[in-house]
Amino acid sequence: MDISSYNLQWPYQREVIQRLKAGDKVSITGHVYTARDAAHKRMTENLSALPFPLDGQIIYYCGPTPPRPDRPVGAAGPTTSSRMDSYTPQLLELGLLGMIGKGPRSREVIEAIVQSGAVYLVAVGGAGALLGEHIKGVEIVAYQDLGCEAVHKFEVADFSVYVGVDSQGRTIFTNQ
Amino acid sequence: MSRVIELSRVTETVRDLCLKANYELGEDIIEALKRAGESEDLPRAREVLDCLIQNAAVAKEKSLPICQDTGIVVIFLEIGQEITFTGGSLEEVINEGVRRGYKDGYLRASVVNDPIRRINTGDNTPAVIHSRIVPGNRLKITLMAKGSGSENMSALKMLKPADGWPGVKRFIVEHVREVAPYCCPPLIIGVGLGGTFEQAALLAKMSLLRKVGQEAEDETIATLERELLEDINGLNIGPGGLGGKTTALSVNIETAPCHIAGMPVAVNVGCYAHRHRSTVL
Repeated sequence: MDISSYNLQWPYQREVIQRLKAGDKVSITGHVYTARDAAHKRMTENLSALPFPLDGQIIYYCGPTPPRPDRPVGAAGPTTSSRMDSYTPQLLELGLLGMIGKGPRSREVIEAIVQSGAVYLVAVGGAGALLGEHIKGVEIVAYQDLGCEAVHKFEVADFSVYVGVDSQGRTIFTNQ
Repeated sequence: MSRVIELSRVTETVRDLCLKANYELGEDIIEALKRAGESEDLPRAREVLDCLIQNAAVAKEKSLPICQDTGIVVIFLEIGQEITFTGGSLEEVINEGVRRGYKDGYLRASVVNDPIRRINTGDNTPAVIHSRIVPGNRLKITLMAKGSGSENMSALKMLKPADGWPGVKRFIVEHVREVAPYCCPPLIIGVGLGGTFEQAALLAKMSLLRKVGQEAEDETIATLERELLEDINGLNIGPGGLGGKTTALSVNIETAPCHIAGMPVAVNVGCYAHRHRSTVL
């Protein structure tokens, strides 16, 4: 089995996202916003006051470790995506283009991905030190009180992921 | 012979263990990942395993955490009964060690004050502390930095004696089939079999302290471990959950005597980034 590789660069285009197939390898250069459990809860409690416009953006399910003084970030790998399943369809409806995490998604999320023509990407779980090397800049955008769960904007370069669920609803996971 | 231990030594030890556990993946795991890579036919499975090996090298070289989930700290103490501690409270000095380790090591504070209000305590305390009084005058401190991606995927079931080994095996394999893609496989599967409800859970966790590749001493149990590992690696969940032969690196079973009516079984899942270190004072 060959692995097809693509580069995805900011600004992210929906047409490009829709050409990706489950299992493809994608290298991202641009930016992503982090949000995990607590940030998703807050965002969806008030969708009219989102900390960043969702349209055309990618959310990375990640809570990084604090940076050493000489680095933008410490370890920054993906967390388990399924914990965000109950929030994701609402965000996709508002134009979110993609999510990066680890592990399978629910049926409802896959349907919402197909409906909106988005993509779910998986980063290698547990490779936080290595993935952190591809994050070149970090800015805290919102919810600073949540600590590692705050919304961060990561500038990424050659950030490697696989297509977990494509816009047709096909998945990389063997048991789905 | 009785012995006095000054508790400030415990703080320093715990601090150092926090850093070492989070920056340096055990050689036993790195070796197991390398062997797994040689056995995989799928390019993607090999690629994920290579990525995990490379990740461990980067973490060690640059003093970075292996994983951003630097865990909740679980401490196992073996306290020699001839020791007298001076200079504070044992629990407090352990938490002070965690506090310093997570601050000095740029490790993530991942603990909330209670499950309902969920306010981050900011310094990764308190640790979960298990202690056992043993003969002698030594203090053994084992620290596990336990991530919740894998911890969340753990389970416990009170089976019936009639379920026997086939029932235990079915429960474990079906459970792993369901949860493994959500954690960070290849996994280390800890099984606690027997005892009581809470003892089974503790045995499962303690079984994760064994080195990968080290089988149970009891040959019957070792055979069951091999049988389970083979079944789990036949699930085609694979490294990163993206397919392949290596869903688990090891299955460790610890057993304890149990009631004539009981057959508790607990599964505590460890991710590949399984971080634990010990020191004896």
